[in-house]
Amino acid sequence: MNDAATRKLALSHLWVAFGAFVVACFMGEYQVLERSGFIPALDSPSVYFASVSTHGVLMAFVLTFFFIMGFGYTIATTSLKQPVWNIPLAWGAFWLALAGVVLAAIPLLTGKASVLYTFYPPMVAPAVFYIGATLLVVGSWVWCVIMLVMFMQWKKANAGQPVPLAMFATAMNALLWLWTSAGVALEVLFQLIPFSLGWIDTIDPGLARTLFAWTLHPIVYFWLIPAYTAFYVFVPKQAGGFLFSDEMARLAFIVLAVFALPIGFHHLYMDPEQAKGWKLLHAIGTFVVALPTLVTGFAVIASLEIAGRLRGGKGLFGWIISLPWTNTMVLSVILSLLMLIFGGFGGIVNASYAMNAMIHNTAWVPGHFHLIFAGTTVIMYFAIAYYLWPILVKKPLFSSSMALVQLWTWFIGMSLLTTPWHVLGLLGQPRRISSVVYNNLLTLAWKPYEFMMIFGGLILLGSACLFIYNLAKTQLNPAAEAFDQEIEFAETVKPVESLPEWLNDVKLWNKVIAVLMAISFGYPILQFFFMDTSGSSPWGF
Amino acid sequence: MQSEPLKQKCEQLLRGSYAQLRDFYAQFRAIHIDQLERKWITVSMLVIGLFVGIIVIDAFFHGVNPPGKVETVDSASLHLNQEFAEDNLGVQVDAKGNVTVRMVAGRYSFSPKHIDVPAETPLTFRWVSMDVLHGVHIPMTNMSTMIVPGYVAEISTTFPKPGEYPVLCNEYCGLGHNHMWSNISVIAKEDWPAPVKSPAKGGSNNE
Repeated sequence: MNDAATRKLALSHLWVAFGAFVVACFMGEYQVLERSGFIPALDSPSVYFASVSTHGVLMAFVLTFFFIMGFGYTIATTSLKQPVWNIPLAWGAFWLALAGVVLAAIPLLTGKASVLYTFYPPMVAPAVFYIGATLLVVGSWVWCVIMLVMFMQWKKANAGQPVPLAMFATAMNALLWLWTSAGVALEVLFQLIPFSLGWIDTIDPGLARTLFAWTLHPIVYFWLIPAYTAFYVFVPKQAGGFLFSDEMARLAFIVLAVFALPIGFHHLYMDPEQAKGWKLLHAIGTFVVALPTLVTGFAVIASLEIAGRLRGGKGLFGWIISLPWTNTMVLSVILSLLMLIFGGFGGIVNASYAMNAMIHNTAWVPGHFHLIFAGTTVIMYFAIAYYLWPILVKKPLFSSSMALVQLWTWFIGMSLLTTPWHVLGLLGQPRRISSVVYNNLLTLAWKPYEFMMIFGGLILLGSACLFIYNLAKTQLNPAAEAFDQEIEFAETVKPVESLPEWLNDVKLWNKVIAVLMAISFGYPILQFFFMDTSGSSPWGF
Repeated sequence: MQSEPLKQKCEQLLRGSYAQLRDFYAQFRAIHIDQLERKWITVSMLVIGLFVGIIVIDAFFHGVNPPGKVETVDSASLHLNQEFAEDNLGVQVDAKGNVTVRMVAGRYSFSPKHIDVPAETPLTFRWVSMDVLHGVHIPMTNMSTMIVPGYVAEISTTFPKPGEYPVLCNEYCGLGHNHMWSNISVIAKEDWPAPVKSPAKGGSNNE
């Protein structure tokens, strides 16, 4: 990457992402401490819920959006070998999104928008909070347009050629995000902003929850796709081998993007405003979307096995030992897959329709998504950062042994945090409580698990600081020798020469998504306009 | 005649989409998939099919479903609502012996504060919110539902074991959220004194 303008653009995005990340890590550790009640002086619901709301917004919206945008620009320019289309527009999107973050941060940090990142009408926050969030999303839409334009331009200039896999995945993610964000955009534009400005007197929380559920599942795949992209296009090369199959990777991304969308009702299993038939339909779709993850797990492990055997590993498991465990990308993928296996198991429980009653809104749920997002996904964000940083700043990584320690401690910390969290959920602890005041014997069993979570959080916080320190030192190192390596994309065992158009374009899948969304969300949304509903007036918190 | 060209067009369209589908299938079959990967995908699909099969069979033949009776109510005027008037809250038994429990959730308590219900007896809970979003879970049981303002959350369940259980609000409803809880006593069926109350009017305990 010799293009200084693109490098600056990507770095700016990634620094905003990781800056938000480290701030949110401090909040996370404060939250486990406050919640446990071990330090009575900390006890304050208003600070706690302001912190939870900010932690959620920073991790789920700021870290992810800015990381994905920065990663997308890097992938598009390097895999397509063309500069960013309309770089002033890209900077415009950056500043717009950043302005949105700052606008939303003001009410969040002053405790005026403690409605959590899931909004929860009829509770209402100042309009500036929703407007800030909207600007952030609009910024990400501009990114989607830039990605899709670059994708189309390349296809036009290289008719009949297979689009590089990395770019195909990025284009699918842009398409996925445009569809995904439409649900929450409808909620914010037509319900929350008018409601908080007093233009409308009442709001239907049932409709709001349905629209939010439209976004809530696929947004997870929007976060996850960069991690899967790294699995396919970076890991095999870094491990010293080849990617197992290019076509299957494309199919996995397609099924992921198409089936992530029409299944959001698994967040509403316990809700009264949707009928059980629709919930069952979404439940079936939820299981279908497990398939691309199983395919991806196979492809990654197969690619690692090829690499391990090429490096001289023998026997049934010998190839595992001969993998380059000291390569940050390879170590990350191994730890990421381990967390994915356990997180996926928990996810099956959540997805299982009526069984959801057992764990719905208990501590199990944040335990699950911390394992699968903060574990599986974010550890790959680290791996990508360690890989890209030297290329973006043209200096070698400050310390690769520090990076290895950081990855191991993140894995250990996340295991210590999320295992007791799952157990607490099974023991009936609700999520989103600022302290335990239930006068009940049951809560005695919760104490030791909360202690373990504080310890896990502390390890994670240390690990996050090491990560930021390493990146900053890399960039600020004055005496470093020049680093001139380029991004290396993995080669496939059997390279593809030609592809059917539907494996090389997003147009058909856009139509398929439209049909599936109409089927699974059409009636459930329209019903609110036929039913005799009575809205709710606004409430503070 | 108008209908002739229309019919032809329809036929063309059908034939066209059939040809497209056939092409798609042929291209799909032509994709190179490794033998081992093919086996893995087959196994994955069988496992997923098994999970979905169990869920669907349970839903259709054993009635194992999450709550999902879409029934609206005006949360702002519960005080004028016959069914959820103060006198009608709590446990009621109708002429046929069906037990219905009506509860109101509001910041930061469940009303009534304490109820006695029989074990090993089918119970129908009807929860409504008088203000914001709440959730309710009785740990160690599957009595779990969201309570969304504007809707009646109805859920049927049976408690197998007698004992004292907490009733916890499990959805963030404001800064006092963790203070929102109450108790429920599950009493052995034979020791349970059925409440002497007239059944509520306007309710749905006659189903």
